[in-house]
Amino acid sequence: MLSIKNLHASIEGTPILRGINLEVKPGEVHAIMGPNGSGKSTLASVLAGREEYEVTEGEVIFMGKNLLELSPEDRAREGVFLAFQYPVEIPGVSSTNFLRTAVNQVREYRGLEALDAVKFLSIMKEKMKLVEIDQKLLSRSLNEGFSGGEKKRNEIFQMAMLEPSLSILDETDSGLDIDALRIVSNGVNQLRSPEKATIVVTHYQRLLDYIVPDFVHVLYNGRIVKSGTKELAMELEEKGYDWIKEEADSTAV
Amino acid sequence: MSKDNQILEDLTSKEYEHGWSVNLEVDEAPTGLTEDTIRWISAKKEEPQWLLDWRLKAYKIWLAMDEPKWANVHYPKIDLQSLKFYSAPKQSNKPKSLDEIDPELLQIYERLGISLNEQKKLQGIAVDVVLDSVSVGTTFKDTLSKLGVIFCSFSEAVKEHPELVKKYLGSVVPMTDNYYAALNSAVFSDGSFCYIPKGTRCPMELSTYFRINAANTGQFERTLIIAEDNSYVSYLEGCTAPQRDENQLHAAVVEIYAAKHAEVKYSTVQNWYPGNKEGVGGIYNFVTKRGICAGDYSKISWTQVETGSAVTWKYPSCILKGDYSIGEFYSVAVTNNYQQADTGTKMIHIGKNTKSRIVSKGISAGHSQNSYRGQVQVMKRATNARNFSQCDSLLMGNRCGAHTFPYIDIQNPSAKVEHEATTSKIGEDQLFYCNQRGIATEDAVALIVNGYAKEVLNQLPMEFAVEAQKLLALTLEGSVG
Ligand SMILES: Nc1ncnc2c1ncn2[C@@H]1O[C@H](COP(=O)(O)OP(=O)(O)OP(=O)(O)O)[C@@H](O)[C@H]1O
Ligand SMILES: [Mg+2]
Repeated sequence: MLSIKNLHASIEGTPILRGINLEVKPGEVHAIMGPNGSGKSTLASVLAGREEYEVTEGEVIFMGKNLLELSPEDRAREGVFLAFQYPVEIPGVSSTNFLRTAVNQVREYRGLEALDAVKFLSIMKEKMKLVEIDQKLLSRSLNEGFSGGEKKRNEIFQMAMLEPSLSILDETDSGLDIDALRIVSNGVNQLRSPEKATIVVTHYQRLLDYIVPDFVHVLYNGRIVKSGTKELAMELEEKGYDWIKEEADSTAV
Repeated sequence: MSKDNQILEDLTSKEYEHGWSVNLEVDEAPTGLTEDTIRWISAKKEEPQWLLDWRLKAYKIWLAMDEPKWANVHYPKIDLQSLKFYSAPKQSNKPKSLDEIDPELLQIYERLGISLNEQKKLQGIAVDVVLDSVSVGTTFKDTLSKLGVIFCSFSEAVKEHPELVKKYLGSVVPMTDNYYAALNSAVFSDGSFCYIPKGTRCPMELSTYFRINAANTGQFERTLIIAEDNSYVSYLEGCTAPQRDENQLHAAVVEIYAAKHAEVKYSTVQNWYPGNKEGVGGIYNFVTKRGICAGDYSKISWTQVETGSAVTWKYPSCILKGDYSIGEFYSVAVTNNYQQADTGTKMIHIGKNTKSRIVSKGISAGHSQNSYRGQVQVMKRATNARNFSQCDSLLMGNRCGAHTFPYIDIQNPSAKVEHEATTSKIGEDQLFYCNQRGIATEDAVALIVNGYAKEVLNQLPMEFAVEAQKLLALTLEGSVG
């Protein structure tokens, strides 16, 4: 579904990603871990099409299409979803109104007719249950004055509404209390299917108890320096990153 | 070059939708302005002597005045002697019903999106249309007159209700007020007149559409709204003009009088032709709008959505004379390309316990300049006056300007005056967030801008609010930076 080959990207001339290789197949869950500043959010942003990053080398194929040639909105419409580490606030625009615009633009792209208000609200009601989000929150301005946890929950709610084939969750667990973590993870799990894939960026093994990954990758200095299964996450939790950094630094030229 | 800059470069801004003109046969005043022009207009309109005298007095006052220079707008000197001051679609006889109106005219209404017929009845709106210099048709006169509500063209009011016109004309905006008001007083051609009797709640929105059609013609209309004790009216004003390369002058005067416990809501969606992308052509919109809350507990509320005109100079104001009276000003002013707007309000607190509220949202894009200019004045007698002002500016791109000029003058120590101001840019982060959810940039801008202006748009009557939202999006199309 997603094939990243030798991806290099820089911002304002500073290289951040230095040759990422990653294959994601339908139905899989990949966890990406790694120290602060290693490039995890950058990778997510590059995949989503953020303009500030310049791709200097490599290719990304998503469902047979050259992802890097698509505009950010077309990537979203093709089925790439990014749950942001820091969701932005949009004053005066209700979540409901925002999502309706989004859902209908995605539908239009896919050749489906727009949802009318009634249909939209009924789908919304159904998906709200999934992440146990309050109706009141959705009638407020998007993310404005939301608590950290509410913002994250809202991201997953949007994901449920947009039904992406590839979801990238950037530290969705940070800022969630223990109950919320369980609820949000449950939501993510219920959205899993054999046709869909998920990339979760996290610092904590805890999340991976709920959303069990097929693969765990460690990103360091803009490269994936180690890949494994969920046991790797446990090992990292126990030993930290130093041993990986040493390993990587000694092999790097 | 980033994509945003590129979009900025080739500003593909939407062509002005109302830029058409229609060849109507017209009655025109000779070009230029002299005492004779005024006599010509007055005679054409078969006016009484007192009104001609009033006009001539205004003309003399105007001759001695200078064009105001304090506004933050720049434009070449307007050669008034090259303008025509009166242009009326030729009609052999005044139409008795809408069926008799020239089909070319009806075509104009249709293109304006106004149907003068039953449709509006369903929506509960009575419409008066002012084309160039004259009012060409008012709907629902009968329904309204049963309630004692008078809604007609200004010329008709002069003929049918001279005592009311005589009493209130110039009582809120005196002819000496300013250069453009004096000019308007001398040469005004038509406009709308509206009278709501005591204890009457006007059951429908009253609406005037202004349209400049003829070339080289100034439009000087005059609106007078009188709300007697315990009455209520909501009044809407819309305007468009053809796309022409030369600038056209529009200098209107609106006067509102609110008696005890009366409430007047005045909403404007201003969409005069703004000129092209290079700043050629467009309307000079120099307008004086003022209301007086004459009676205790009266309320006047101005709501404006300003999207058009090359240059706008406009300060809808409230004189809060009655005790406990309330003045409100809600404004969204959008400028794009080379548009310039200097707009705001004046709240003059004279009575005790008077309150005013100002919410101004400026949005600037392209090379435009957008200024808020507001004055809050609390007079000696105005114990416990309250004002709250919120002035926000939103910038798109790096080549536009936003300016705020608040003037506060307090002569009573019990006054509480609050002023808040913010300036923000449409964030890359916000746009990217929208894009990531599948929303195209243009639509994201519309969404963000409408969210930003929501507090003001919420003040508009429903059908106007929808129109205004679309207009905001259209004005800013292709302007993202
Ligand atoms: N505009 C910028 N200019 C220069 N460096 C930048 C810029 N934006 C990000 N970086 C750098 O890129 C590196 C990778 O950042 P990124 O946000 O991808 O890290 P991360 O792995 O997501 O970290 P965290 O775990 O803290 O979220 C960091 O060193 C960061 O400082
Ligand atoms: Mg990060």
